[in-house]
Amino acid sequence: MTTNAPTRHPLPARRAGFARKGSAFLATHPRARLAFLLTAPLFWLVVVYVVALALLLVTAFWSVDSFTGEITTEWTMDNIITVLTGSLYQTVTLRTLGVALAVTIVDVLLALPIAFYMAKVASPRMQRILVILVLTPLWASYLVKAYAWRSVLSQDGILEWLVSPFGGHTPGYGLPATIITLSYLWLPYVILPIYAGLERVPDSLLEASGDLGGRAWPTIRLVVFPLVLPAIIAGTIFSFSLSLGDYITVNIVGGASQMLGNLVYTNVGAANNLPLASAIALIPIVIIFGYLFLVRRTGALDNL
Amino acid sequence: MKRNPLTARSGATVGLAIASIAVLTACGTQSGGSGGGDAAEELGEMEGQVSILAWPGYVEDGSNDPAVDWVSSFEEETGCEVTSKTYGTSDEAVNLMKSGDYDVVVASGDATLRLIAAEDVVPVNTDLIPNYEGIYDFLKDKEWNSVDGESYGVPHGYGANLLMYNTEVVTEAPTSWDVVFDRAGEFTGKVTAYDSPIYIADAAVYLMAHQPELGIENPYALDEEQFQAAVDLLKEQRQHVGEYWSDYLKEIQAFQTGDSVVGTTWQVIQNVLESEGASTGVVLPEEGATGWSDTWMIAAGAENPNCAYAWLDHIASPEANAAATSYFGEAPSNDAACEFREDCEAYHAGDADYASQIWYWTTPIAECVDGRTDVECVDYAAWTAAWQEIKG
Repeated sequence: MTTNAPTRHPLPARRAGFARKGSAFLATHPRARLAFLLTAPLFWLVVVYVVALALLLVTAFWSVDSFTGEITTEWTMDNIITVLTGSLYQTVTLRTLGVALAVTIVDVLLALPIAFYMAKVASPRMQRILVILVLTPLWASYLVKAYAWRSVLSQDGILEWLVSPFGGHTPGYGLPATIITLSYLWLPYVILPIYAGLERVPDSLLEASGDLGGRAWPTIRLVVFPLVLPAIIAGTIFSFSLSLGDYITVNIVGGASQMLGNLVYTNVGAANNLPLASAIALIPIVIIFGYLFLVRRTGALDNL
Repeated sequence: MKRNPLTARSGATVGLAIASIAVLTACGTQSGGSGGGDAAEELGEMEGQVSILAWPGYVEDGSNDPAVDWVSSFEEETGCEVTSKTYGTSDEAVNLMKSGDYDVVVASGDATLRLIAAEDVVPVNTDLIPNYEGIYDFLKDKEWNSVDGESYGVPHGYGANLLMYNTEVVTEAPTSWDVVFDRAGEFTGKVTAYDSPIYIADAAVYLMAHQPELGIENPYALDEEQFQAAVDLLKEQRQHVGEYWSDYLKEIQAFQTGDSVVGTTWQVIQNVLESEGASTGVVLPEEGATGWSDTWMIAAGAENPNCAYAWLDHIASPEANAAATSYFGEAPSNDAACEFREDCEAYHAGDADYASQIWYWTTPIAECVDGRTDVECVDYAAWTAAWQEIKG
């Protein structure tokens, strides 16, 4: 057996050096290797992300000196109570939830046919082109797109020009404009997961359904829909949570309307009341956690 | 081989993390070493740069309009390169100053006292500013720019918050603020208002003339009942407001497209609209108006104090003061500035009586600024809360 062993090439002379020693050490100590690899990313995750979030939570229990604007670190429940009982915060929370739900519904309704066409009808070449087209708007700045909608929706904008011959009018600036703009902004984030989900549905299942006499609608309802539901929910997580926290779009096209993000912004930027802003910021966090808790059993989180 | 992409990615993550930490620590060390302090005794060498926080239109280097430039001459004379940031509301300025990134700030009366109280600015030694002498006496040592006889800055200019209207829609030139309050229904959905709690004072000025039984003496000293009346008026107005503005470019666009047809404005906005051929007009209504009187101040712990003093002197000089105040559309603070601009009379420059009719922005505090001692006034924190309620 030993005769079959290939002749060994002579090894290059060992160079003594820090890098050499280091790699030799790491090669024989897998745990040290792991620690070396993960320290920096974990530090990032814990300190920059988790601690920042925890600080936000803690800040909500502090208060602010109204004249000098300095934060006083005495524990108080005032902000939480204000946010929970103030009619302003209830109204704005409901409005924000309404906008986020409307945006999500609009996006899903738009995304389903587009994603279905991309995944099941289009030729592979067309498929690639469509994916690129869906992604293209993401390369433009968020602000540019929001301001573009501001001019589209204005009183002498292109929408007014298009619909006025038919007796229609632009909705002007307000909540409808906000819903339109946000739906546009988040549409790619909803199309892509649904497209990916539909791609995973084998064509053979559709054919089998057809062979067994299933027409288009029952096939979609009974075969396709249950299979892509997790993907649809994954898409809604994006549009819902992104809409919930938005304040720039509503500032640009929302007219005089406020959303939760605006209240946070004015409390940080104008009123300089960081503690109250943190307390308000907890509302969308709680809502999102609630939503994630509801959908976790559907397997949607594996589709993100 | 399979592990290669993984290690490459981790390497990138490590690099990113290290870079981020470096940035974070850099941020952490910047804020140290400031706080309170005394006015400078003497000037040293120029540092080569100065960073300024200002209202839009106050620091123009010709990049918006080549003819509008009073920064380049300063840079050439002193070698101090100017970087500037603009802000839309006084609250924003107070907040930005907490970052410690600016050497000089120009602030209105509703921000100055807050900046002084928070020790974000230091007293200014006016002996080091030769052009300070030329400033109108009625602007010096006022309650919004000095504390205990110590001056905290150089007065810049003053003006009123005007009423702007679209001449095609509001065919009859308004003479009263009633077009945005009691008559706002006529322009419903196209009324605009300034997006700041200080706008409550505009409603108070209107109530002073139209509901004298409330007994408002000063729009920044409102007791509970007067304040509630102003808030109610604004809540009624809210139903007709198309949008609130704090970004002046947004207001310019809204008036251009006809999305706003009537509301508060600054003269500088009218100047821009006029130059672009929009059909808008401005008027100072008969009830009077709120307004501003601005002060150039120096930040506590300024990194470039000498360039900061040089800028204060430059902007107080007749030429620069004339150019800056004329561009913004306000009265200059320097008497000699009127030799460099022709519209001084329109702004009643130097007319102390007229100047006293504008209700300059002041921070409302619990101790009534109109001198009443039998009641407690509503303070700015409550104004802020009420403003959010009004917007709803």
